[in-house]
Amino acid sequence: MARALINVPKTAKRGQIIEIKSLISHIMETGFRRTETGQIIPRNILTELLCTYNGAEIFRATMYPAVAANPFVTFFTVAKESGTIVFKWTGDRGFEQTETASITVEG
Amino acid sequence: MQRSKQSRRAVLGGLAGAAVAAIVRVEPASATPAAMKSAIRTVVGEAQIKKGKVHIDVPALVENGNSVALTVQVDSPMSEGDHVKAIHVFNELNPQPNVISAYLGPHAGFAKISTRFRLADTQTIVAIAEMSDGAFWSASADVVVTIPACLEQL
Amino acid sequence: MTRRQLSYRAAAAAVVASLAVSALAQIAPSERRSGYADLSPETKAMQDDDTANPGMLSVLDGEALWNAKAGAVQLACADCHGKAEESMKGVAARYPAFDTARGQPVDLEQRINICRAEHQKTSAYKAEDKDLLALSAYVGRQSRAMPITAGSDERLKPFIAKGEKLFTERQGQLNLSCAQCHDERWGKHLGSSLIPQAHPTGYPIYRLEWQSVGSLQRRLRNCTSGMRAQPFDYGALENVELELFLMVRARGMPLETPAVRP
Repeated sequence: MARALINVPKTAKRGQIIEIKSLISHIMETGFRRTETGQIIPRNILTELLCTYNGAEIFRATMYPAVAANPFVTFFTVAKESGTIVFKWTGDRGFEQTETASITVEG
Repeated sequence: MQRSKQSRRAVLGGLAGAAVAAIVRVEPASATPAAMKSAIRTVVGEAQIKKGKVHIDVPALVENGNSVALTVQVDSPMSEGDHVKAIHVFNELNPQPNVISAYLGPHAGFAKISTRFRLADTQTIVAIAEMSDGAFWSASADVVVTIPACLEQL
Repeated sequence: MTRRQLSYRAAAAAVVASLAVSALAQIAPSERRSGYADLSPETKAMQDDDTANPGMLSVLDGEALWNAKAGAVQLACADCHGKAEESMKGVAARYPAFDTARGQPVDLEQRINICRAEHQKTSAYKAEDKDLLALSAYVGRQSRAMPITAGSDERLKPFIAKGEKLFTERQGQLNLSCAQCHDERWGKHLGSSLIPQAHPTGYPIYRLEWQSVGSLQRRLRNCTSGMRAQPFDYGALENVELELFLMVRARGMPLETPAVRP
């Protein structure tokens, strides 16, 4: 389990555009680095972040080795209704992790 | 020569066991502007790429190529009929031309994404926005990357 | 001698004289700057936002470790120290501290390892172990924004003096001292890198160059090897003396742990 930090506002007005931030601990080994003796260090990266809001996809990112270690991704979404925002990261070596946040939408 | 064969075999052996079906490059792609153009064509196809609407916010001179702050914002009403479907970011001199692809839609409200990425050398980066009407808009930015004065040895 | 030869001679003499005199030059308290001040706006923003700062991932790991039972006696840090927010407030700001049993200063990572061995009855972490740094980051976070107070214990005097000697003595292949860059030429550039004053105001830091969190000892070993001098081993008293001197030199400056640096 990698450590993750997500920043979703706890409350919002209906229709308000909110910023969502995500940060997860991951080495994002590019597969292009070499050890001191010249061996390639095998690639090990996160390849996708998928966010759903009450089940509907609101954001998806495909990540490549050029994304920096401990991937930080932010985006915007319209606060439509109260509920749950789910973050799912997938990556090399079968990596899969899910984090959730609740949001209360008023008005 | 011997050494690189060995490592390629080792990586392939490792990949055979990998559960994920992603296509993984075993050796660095030709790190050239041509590779970037080709990667862009893979996304855009034969469509014309227009300059405009896309704004890249990236430092002109980075503190460290390992982690460069990047924000891409696209002018768009983000309505059902007129919105950004995706933002694709490319680079020209890293071993691989792709950086990140972000898929949006009218639910985003605002077409703006931020991340931190790696730059291997001073180069140009390109951001392409794919719109709901099938049009492609782009912008580019030049970034200077230097290595730290005292190289770490440990 | 021609006028030009005379002026070259005078210039050379002035440089030699300035180097001799300024070996003692220290930064005036009003001129002290944390490395934070020299960061780009983007990196400052990364440090300032707890949900964007990768060092905070380490702090969260540290919080979990603080509360986890460990060792033969199955004790968590929390079992003796309670809530870190209360018991650890100001602690990182006064480290390295004098260890009575050992008769010498120890830094925070060493203190954590001493607790693990003596109280939790388990093995000490190796240097730069992810979990050790996480605990150090978590404890350090409890002193965030508090002024550095290290070095007030009288028994630390000889060790601070030794640390100052290490900081001001020339060393290595380039025959450079730390002071020549960090006391005398801060604000100038070495290659494309801005020379900081080198105050340890946010350790353990998330260093962009490392792409991970690391300790002050790691940074000192980097600097020393970068200067083409032989670094002291992890855990060597010399490292702790130097850390202690640097913290005393930074006394009064606020701690920023977990800081982000290039």
